[in-house]
Amino acid sequence: MPLKIGAGDLGRIHDHARDAYPEECAGALVGIDNGGIKVVVDVWRAENTHEEERSRRFLIEPLEVKKFEEQAEEKDMGLLGFYHSHPDHPAEPSEYDREHAWPGYSYVIASLGAENVEDMRSWTLRDDRSGYDEEPIVG
Amino acid sequence: MPKVKIPSPLRQYTGGDPEVEVGGATAGEALGNLASEHPDLRQHLYTGDGKLRSFVNVYKGDEDIRYLEGQDTEVADGDEISIIPSIAGGTAERRCR
Repeated sequence: MPLKIGAGDLGRIHDHARDAYPEECAGALVGIDNGGIKVVVDVWRAENTHEEERSRRFLIEPLEVKKFEEQAEEKDMGLLGFYHSHPDHPAEPSEYDREHAWPGYSYVIASLGAENVEDMRSWTLRDDRSGYDEEPIVG
Repeated sequence: MPKVKIPSPLRQYTGGDPEVEVGGATAGEALGNLASEHPDLRQHLYTGDGKLRSFVNVYKGDEDIRYLEGQDTEVADGDEISIIPSIAGGTAERRCR
């Protein structure tokens, strides 16, 4: 299913990825799933609380996820998924990503170097956890 | 029976229900019964060797069961158990670009 992200929200993900570089950033994708397309209405920054190696690991704490879910529902929206950055790595999910992924969420990955975001792709975990399917990002 | 709150990514396996009542005297029993009643959900809660996945957080009321008695935490009728995701990921060790 395509994931629609407007230019403003794409820019906010890019800004967050650049601000966090060389560490990974992460945040929530909030919006509406209308069955045929998922429409991102807002992106919310999360704190990467992974204790070490934040240049290649991120963690969003459960109580922050719960807060995002509740705040999205208050606005009659849902938590569509999450974005995170891969500094100096491709915008493809790693084995570590797969082991930690939830079904149903969109996982947007931004690949960037020191200067700019070079690629951004979105992925969903297969039901049997065997891998990911890519979903198109549309503007 | 205790009630288990289901996070949105797992509701597709409970017929869309955000909350499910299941039997069980402990949090672990209740989760096990939930997985038995909704078999497609099991692999997302448990690893292949039957351990709760590290990013699956279970709360009784407002307390993480890790700080109570873990899966042996007793639960009673009407208690609310919440499954709350943590979100984690990252890149492979090797620099590949």
